[in-house]
Amino acid sequence: MTEITARGYAHPEVLVSTDWVAGRLTDPAVRIVESNEDTLLYPSGHIPGAVHVDWTADLNDPLRRDYITRAGFEALMSRIGATRDTTVVFYGDKNNWWACYAFWVFQLFGHTNAKVMDGGRLKWQKEGRELTRDVPAIAPTTYKAPERHDAPVRAFRDEVLKHVEGKGQLVDVRSPEEYAGTRMHMPDYPNEGALRGGHIPGARSIPWARAINPDDGTFKTADELADLYTKTNHLDREQPTIAYCRIGERSSHTWFALRYLLGFRNVRNYDGSWTEWGNSVGVPIEK
Amino acid sequence: MALPAALQDVLDLFATFDDPSDRTNLLLSYADQFREVTPDVATRPFGRDHLVPHCESEAYAWAMKRPDGTLKLHFAVENPAGISAKALAAILDRSLSGLPPAQIAEITPDIVEGIFRQNISMGKGMGLMSMVQAVRSLAKAAVGKT
Repeated sequence: MTEITARGYAHPEVLVSTDWVAGRLTDPAVRIVESNEDTLLYPSGHIPGAVHVDWTADLNDPLRRDYITRAGFEALMSRIGATRDTTVVFYGDKNNWWACYAFWVFQLFGHTNAKVMDGGRLKWQKEGRELTRDVPAIAPTTYKAPERHDAPVRAFRDEVLKHVEGKGQLVDVRSPEEYAGTRMHMPDYPNEGALRGGHIPGARSIPWARAINPDDGTFKTADELADLYTKTNHLDREQPTIAYCRIGERSSHTWFALRYLLGFRNVRNYDGSWTEWGNSVGVPIEK
Repeated sequence: MALPAALQDVLDLFATFDDPSDRTNLLLSYADQFREVTPDVATRPFGRDHLVPHCESEAYAWAMKRPDGTLKLHFAVENPAGISAKALAAILDRSLSGLPPAQIAEITPDIVEGIFRQNISMGKGMGLMSMVQAVRSLAKAAVGKT
């Protein structure tokens, strides 16, 4: 039993260790993907063989507030040399926020053969493992993706509104100050213009970072996560759950923890999050 | 007031690059030139009064007055992922050290936009501007301003 499987997760196969990745740097069946908030990090040094997927340039539509289309995803997968059979392993900065976000976007296109490297870039660096500035030469592949299918993992504003009216489970993963409405943005981040502060009625405040061990960015054990989400905050794994934050990146991390590590059966990420809800006319808000 | 010539040269250099990858490489070359504060100025644990506020890279800044009245800037960046902070620290040191404090005190945080452009991520923009502000404050203190 590996250290990760010993943690008792519902789906331990989606989380891999730095050792696991280090042993597969040249495995043609594995594509390692770095996804960061900071665009300088990948070029400054990355895991040998890793490719870069940028959350804005590669995953978002350049014009509409939406994700790439099927054609865009096929082009992306071709660029990174992945096929439908490729095991894609994500890692990145910010304790894997953006890795989980990219993982989540890949699920919109049904690429379920995906994993996250536990601890992300922080753990890899702390362990003194090799980083390189060499960008791998990738032979383009032909990738046929299905149409994007948002419904199982993504929630839209009107769906959230119905969820609120039905007293459904909501998790606000932002900072306590953002939840309380005393702050309109993340600490040390610019205000992106939400006109109202507060939270979606009925949402539990469970900041995303409580799911990780701060020293190395690894996820806490299943027992620790269960204590946080189901015991302390009374979330029911069997009930539909929606997580949100500011633009859906921090909540991707929580979505990953609930869906795969704790085995919540129906959990969606509301990527419109507070930048949509806090600007929408007429939606209910609590403080 | 005009920026110090060396700093203006840096901004002009960045302005000549349209290709984002060229700008990225230039930033990395500055980051590679970063040199941490020397032990004669400060050693760990660094004083919290030198910590740059709002900087996620845990940057520290010092300004030491030289016998000729000019300043020598020093920095430390504790976060190994703080590439941008290291690049900016190197730029500030190379372009401002050796100037009188009154001249350094005239720089403004908007130089960050000219240097980083698309490389400013949401989380680091405020921290980088805070680094410039910290240098400015140190320079003002050195000329007796508050």
